[in-house]
Amino acid sequence: MTSIILFLAGLAAFGGWWLAKQRISAKPWLEEGLAGEMPGTGALAIPAAKVGLGVFLAVVGALFALFISAYSMRMGMSDWRSVPMPRLLWPNTGMLVMSSVALQWAVVATRRGDEDVVRISLLAGGFFAVAFLAGQLWVWRQLEESGYLLAGNPANAFFYLMTGLHGLHMLGGLVALGRTTDHAWRGEAPAGIRLGVELCASYWHFLLLVWLVLLNLLTGWADNVIDVCRGLLT
Amino acid sequence: MAVALALVLIALGSVLFHLLSPWWWTPIASNWKYIDDTIIVTFWITGVVFVAVVLFVAYCIYRFRHQPGRQAHYEPENTRLEVVLTSVTGLGVIAMLTPGLFVWNHFITVPEDATNIEIVGQQWQWSYRLPGPDGKLGSSDTRNVTPDNPLGINKDDPASQDDVVVEGAELRLPVGKPVKALLRSIDVLHDFYVPEFRAKMDLVPGQVSYFWLTPTRTGTFEILCAELCGVGHPQMRGTVMVQTEADYQAWLDGQSHRSFARLTAPGN
Amino acid sequence: MVDVPLGPAGAVPPADVEDMSLYHPHSWVTKYVFSQDAKVIAVQYSITALSVGLIALVLSWLMRLQLGFPGVFSFIDANAYYQFITMHGMMMVVYVLTALFLGGFGNYLIPLMIGARDMVFPYANMLSFWFYLLAVLVLVASFFAPGGPTGAGWTLYPPQAITSGTPGGQDWGIILMLVSLMIFIIGFTMGGLNYVVTVLQARTRGMTLMRMPLTVWGIFTASFMALLAFPALFVGCVMMLFDRTLGTSFFVPAIVEMGQPLERSGGSPLLFQHLFWFFGHPEVYIVALPAFGIVSDIISTHARRNIFGYRMMVWALLAIGALSFVVWAHHMYVSGMNPYFGFFFATTTLIIAIPTAIKVYNWILTLWRGNIHLTVPMLFALAFIVTFVNGGLTGLFLGNVVVDVPLSDTMFVVAHFHMVMGVAPILVIFGAIYHWYPKVTGRMLNDALGKLHFWVTFLGAYLIFFPMHYLGLMGMPRRYYDSSDIAFVPSSAHTLNAFITIVALTVGAVQLVFVFNLLWSLRHGRKADGNPWRATTLEWQTPETPPPHGNWGKEQPVVYRWAYDYSVPGAARDFIPQNEPPVARPSLETVS
Repeated sequence: MTSIILFLAGLAAFGGWWLAKQRISAKPWLEEGLAGEMPGTGALAIPAAKVGLGVFLAVVGALFALFISAYSMRMGMSDWRSVPMPRLLWPNTGMLVMSSVALQWAVVATRRGDEDVVRISLLAGGFFAVAFLAGQLWVWRQLEESGYLLAGNPANAFFYLMTGLHGLHMLGGLVALGRTTDHAWRGEAPAGIRLGVELCASYWHFLLLVWLVLLNLLTGWADNVIDVCRGLLT
Repeated sequence: MAVALALVLIALGSVLFHLLSPWWWTPIASNWKYIDDTIIVTFWITGVVFVAVVLFVAYCIYRFRHQPGRQAHYEPENTRLEVVLTSVTGLGVIAMLTPGLFVWNHFITVPEDATNIEIVGQQWQWSYRLPGPDGKLGSSDTRNVTPDNPLGINKDDPASQDDVVVEGAELRLPVGKPVKALLRSIDVLHDFYVPEFRAKMDLVPGQVSYFWLTPTRTGTFEILCAELCGVGHPQMRGTVMVQTEADYQAWLDGQSHRSFARLTAPGN
Repeated sequence: MVDVPLGPAGAVPPADVEDMSLYHPHSWVTKYVFSQDAKVIAVQYSITALSVGLIALVLSWLMRLQLGFPGVFSFIDANAYYQFITMHGMMMVVYVLTALFLGGFGNYLIPLMIGARDMVFPYANMLSFWFYLLAVLVLVASFFAPGGPTGAGWTLYPPQAITSGTPGGQDWGIILMLVSLMIFIIGFTMGGLNYVVTVLQARTRGMTLMRMPLTVWGIFTASFMALLAFPALFVGCVMMLFDRTLGTSFFVPAIVEMGQPLERSGGSPLLFQHLFWFFGHPEVYIVALPAFGIVSDIISTHARRNIFGYRMMVWALLAIGALSFVVWAHHMYVSGMNPYFGFFFATTTLIIAIPTAIKVYNWILTLWRGNIHLTVPMLFALAFIVTFVNGGLTGLFLGNVVVDVPLSDTMFVVAHFHMVMGVAPILVIFGAIYHWYPKVTGRMLNDALGKLHFWVTFLGAYLIFFPMHYLGLMGMPRRYYDSSDIAFVPSSAHTLNAFITIVALTVGAVQLVFVFNLLWSLRHGRKADGNPWRATTLEWQTPETPPPHGNWGKEQPVVYRWAYDYSVPGAARDFIPQNEPPVARPSLETVS
């Protein structure tokens, strides 16, 4: 359970830092307001949707951190047989990076108010994301054909489960991206879709980060880290 | 008003119930009196806190109940009082935790001279394996389970040949000798629980868990399963018989027909 | 939401969320069925949760009948008994308590108490309820599925939960349970995001964090915890569902099922327990923290005194919230996990007792030198203190690793957790309903019926669960369909069991009085004015009662003070609403 604890400790540190700025050691009964005086409430100066996305990403992060915890606990057992990594995962990763880059490009373009670039880059982002998902499905097929079935070994099961869950999150993101792209192509001004584009881009970057962590884990590069963590626990 | 009276009755009634209740722990039959002592310490500390809090609330309700003209006292906080209360609570916690952790350390540290025995759970019965003359238990694996080898003992391990397999009979233990119980399950979770021993531990399929004890008096005690293991859970009982050293040895000597080698011998 | 302009002292919320920016219900369906108004969603959540609670209550009658009079009721066989206890436990913990505190009270009170017009994401909020309802329907459907609901115990420990020796293990029961939980978690996440972000971003002008009532603090902290803890249950559910339906072996090692070796290998049953309790322990506090907050406000209002040590109360809430994530394995002392974990988890568990004790001290110090009105909500709050202290103290037995060894899996555990997270939070729920019913409906609940309900529930619940500890101390194991033939159990214990059953049936019956009161008072209750308890917090200062869509009429309230200005020396009344503009008064600094 080390990774989830570390993840939560990170969140707690952030929460503590934020609370420390909220004057939670003030004595509120001494602070009756004057008429017309408005103390800041500590609300962040960004739209609620962005705060909402931030909290949601914390939840998704916890979900993946828990899977990683389970993975590292489970992989310590004797029957673990690692899955060979299909080469296709590399171009897939490339697709995901391209997708993230395209959406970042869209963010820049909305800020500049460049309608055409916004439309093209949103489409490109969506295209690369779909390509990534198709590639992932292809990886599944390859593995299945070479006999690495879901129930064959826990390593296989974890591989399918974690890539599948990541793909589902991507799919959910595509729904939101589809709506934003639709708005853009229907001629809504860049200022009107700016929030939507920014939210999609943040979500994409986050999923890219999660994917890179998962890739590290599944290819075994992170084994040494896990070994160290397990050593600490036992 | 009635509520203040009710709270006083609850506080006093609870104490009286504790003192007069006929329902108390079973007479102990193992070395884990330390655990009972820790419980008593905890009862004292928590009992005092409970009675104090409830009586204080009852007093407040009586003394500060609404009456015409009464105004509540305005006092947002009292740091000194809170610091004192927090420290006292901290002391109480330390007073309970310290003996608890010492006894726990004792509980998980098996003495060198403990005899290994094995307790195997399956839906819904107990089986046991005692080391034969060589004093060692052979290895085992759930994958070895067959109708004539229900405990999955490794046939190729020389240490397993003289192991005494006890199925459908009581577990016997010599009094005054430390025993390390190795716990194994071949299907679901179970928990070996003899109230008189105080100790208990889950049996987990796929791993071996343990606890140890020294029986301190002879007698026959009931074994219960204390971890829900399916619909037959309450029927999963067994018997443990604690005997004097001599009686136990005499019984063990007569058990060669139960040795693993004999049980699995062809033609048997 | 509009972008928030930066003021000199950090962000200042806009003067008002314009009425224009709120969606408006246009028809009966969008107003009462697919409503996006947090207050309507709150009522929908509450009614659903209370209905599930009634089902769970009936299940508890059935299991008590079996325990009190074993063998008398032939329709309760062992299968049915295990199904009843499982469904009772899961329903109460997740579908009643969590849903009621966060979905019910959270939705109703957060926007009103912080002076907002609604939640920040009303559409997701609406979806949250419908997901919850779907989860309930899937759960209830398992009663009618082949093989019936799962009987694995609410902890659903594998491999037992998915093998054939358990009711529903190889039928639909366990699958429906897991699917229902997953739907619940997805739905809750949508609601939880709302509760958290609304508190963060939508507080009205002047409502700084330290001016928030403790109810909001409690629900806010609990929502955050739930958002981070439920994923652990989700992960456990997904993996167990794979194990059950697709033949993977996350949790199932090589085992023999009914004499046949199973085609699995190497799974770890303990992995599930870690995941389950990583959710399960914070869950206790997810239920408790809103209850702590609500009871603080009830006590303060009805004792006409500010909550004592407000800052400590807030810090203690936050400390409990954080600590509750590092105590989970105290549910696993005898699970066969690495025994050295026991030292760590016993220490963290007993440390968490300190902030919890601070809360208790501050409640009772609020009563000290107060002006106590023994209204029905106050009675329930007082009863909460007694039952919570009792249940909390027995928690010190079970948290102290070695003391847990003889007591774990006995009736002592059952008595402990029912007292601390069954009876205590439910008493708060009752108190809160008596307290806020006038705001929700515009009418008071009947007082006489309320007192009847209170006395029978409080004394009855104590009579049920206090003696039960001693059955556990004696060694009577929990989850036994029939313990009448255990050798060391004297016959007097069976008499006690029968007594407990009779009291439980009585307490159960009196809940019907409560339901009657809820329905009857809707039409015939005494009309309530906007602020019948003369309370300071914002929800009592709405221009109309019940508050209409948008809550605040033309303009949102402005907050000038903290939530606990009761009996302030020199003030005209014994309470000053949070939105009352200041008048020249002698400085308070001399007082404190």
